[in-house]
Amino acid sequence: MALPKIKQDTTDTLLSSMAMPDGAGWSAAARADALARVQKMGLPTRRDEYWKYTDPATLTTVAAPPAATFDVGDETPLYDAIDRLKIVFVDGVFDAAASDDLTMAGVTISRLAEAGEKDIHWAKDLYGTLEAKGQHPVERPMAALNTAYATDGILIHATAKAEKPISLIYHHKSEESDAILHHCVKLDKGAELTILENGPAAARFNKCMEIDVADGAAFHHIRAQGRDHERRAVTHMFARLGTESVYKSFTLTANGVLTRNETVLELTGDDAVAHVAGAAMGDGDFHHDDTVFITHDAVNCESRQVFKKVLRNGAVGVFQGKILVQPGAQKTDGYQISQSLLLDEDSQFLAKPELEIYADDVACSHGSTSGAIDEEALFYLRSRGVPKGPAQDLLVLAFLAEAIEEIDDEDIAADILTRLEGWLARRR
Amino acid sequence: MLEIKNLHVKLEEEDKQILKGVDLKVEPGKVHAIMGPNGSGKSTLSYVLSGRDGYEVTDGSAELEGEDILEMEPEERAAAGLFLAFQYPVEIPGVGNMTFLRTAVNSQRKARGEEEISAADFLKLIREKAKSLKIDADMLKRPVNVGFSGGEKKRNEILQMAMLEPKMCILDETDSGLDVDAMKLVAEGVNALRDAGRAFLVITHYQRLLDHIKPDVVHIMADGKIVKTGGPELALEVENNGYADILAEVA
Repeated sequence: MALPKIKQDTTDTLLSSMAMPDGAGWSAAARADALARVQKMGLPTRRDEYWKYTDPATLTTVAAPPAATFDVGDETPLYDAIDRLKIVFVDGVFDAAASDDLTMAGVTISRLAEAGEKDIHWAKDLYGTLEAKGQHPVERPMAALNTAYATDGILIHATAKAEKPISLIYHHKSEESDAILHHCVKLDKGAELTILENGPAAARFNKCMEIDVADGAAFHHIRAQGRDHERRAVTHMFARLGTESVYKSFTLTANGVLTRNETVLELTGDDAVAHVAGAAMGDGDFHHDDTVFITHDAVNCESRQVFKKVLRNGAVGVFQGKILVQPGAQKTDGYQISQSLLLDEDSQFLAKPELEIYADDVACSHGSTSGAIDEEALFYLRSRGVPKGPAQDLLVLAFLAEAIEEIDDEDIAADILTRLEGWLARRR
Repeated sequence: MLEIKNLHVKLEEEDKQILKGVDLKVEPGKVHAIMGPNGSGKSTLSYVLSGRDGYEVTDGSAELEGEDILEMEPEERAAAGLFLAFQYPVEIPGVGNMTFLRTAVNSQRKARGEEEISAADFLKLIREKAKSLKIDADMLKRPVNVGFSGGEKKRNEILQMAMLEPKMCILDETDSGLDVDAMKLVAEGVNALRDAGRAFLVITHYQRLLDHIKPDVVHIMADGKIVKTGGPELALEVENNGYADILAEVA
């Protein structure tokens, strides 16, 4: 079937401007398949139902819209006190000098750009596989585009409990940078790994991560996206969860003219647990979209989505979250909450919670709310001597707390909280 | 300590006069009680003094130690030494009671140019004060007033008062919703704070709280004014005969 003309034109224009990296090696076939998927689906436009609330136009132009970099001043880097293995990318380019040695007990780490030259690599079975699967029932062309054209990425194979977290740090230094990274993470049976991500990455950043979590393995992911105002990002997390495995992800987002974070999870083994949470703070020219699709395809699994957004000065927040319970996925426990705190009347929150259930013995709930600051609580705090600004911050933090509580590691949670408090105080 | 002169207050949203010329002077070290029937303006007086939105002062003044408080923000009034124990303490989900109190104590200290209290000193102090009010560690950890019983909420108000050490304490119907034991605890907490440099304004419907917190002066408020002032015996008169006699007498 022919694509609508505008979609065809957008797709042709962008694809004709792009080239696959040289020496793709084992990933060449997956990339060719992904390119075929992009050509078949076409790139997203505002007319697509899945992009109704977020205009993808600036994500599909040939050149990335320029984005000024942001000076964080003397702010302590995030996760500074956390013992971790650092891997640094500057505008999507690996920075060997700034990165740690890519060796650690319990884990093998390689780079897509280097490993690609080989003919055989463990990641061959994963690269593009979960992304391709995640195209149904909803198309995600930006992810297929990523698989086809990613210039680099980190390939992580955890065979046991990793010695420490792997920290992916993304610096944004060029105003025109257009970065595409694709990471693959494979956790063997019983392995445990935490991945930390932070930084604005590039003027435009398309990032994809595929995670295969084997039986009894645990994957933790904590991400902070900030604070460059003009940056754009479209990210995808695709994960497959085995029996009794755990997937927990938390994202803190501040600033950014456009962010679309998609999470696509499939619970394929019994008793698996998946938690996805996000706290976003938007001020002014800010558009943040959390799109989550969780498929329950096994018995007695638990999934939890907790998304909170604080919006002011015309900021826009979007939440599209779906729980799909397949036939036979009995005893599913699905929970979903999306809430916004609107600090003024100019800001907007658009929510589309969805449940689709084909099993009869499940507990699924969803809720979505939008509200203003509780004036009674604000007065109560002020009457005890807390000035209006800090009192409001306390209430904002209280609102975001439920999402931050999804971070299991106490040190990392404290670090995120401190960062958030600092950001709030600076905004006053 | 607190001097209110000819205070006239109306609701901001509608043309309704609530206070119609309140005059009141509370000396340091004294406990004044205000009694009065429903709708007499007692709670409005406490809200206006603490700086709640929704009221408009149309005439008169209120000074705390010679400083005009009506122009101050609520947090400035608190730092100046004013404290209101709420009739209905507000629940704040997500904000820990301890965090709330430490923020409040340090905000006031900062506003007064004093040094912030260290975490260790704060912890020691709050444990000591909480113990006498029978507030356990769990209540300190829980979000402010969330899931607290009526009695726990009021005890929590008194704990805040004890930690903030205000000069002028206003208690707005602190006895409402309390059983006898809880009322005793609350009263003991208040009495422990009585000293020569601190004054209290106790707003209540009933004499029974005043059995435990002995007032020096009792005022009767009706229709937005203080209509009668006397000693503790005035409260007993209300208890025995109701407000009707007094109101008839001053009418």
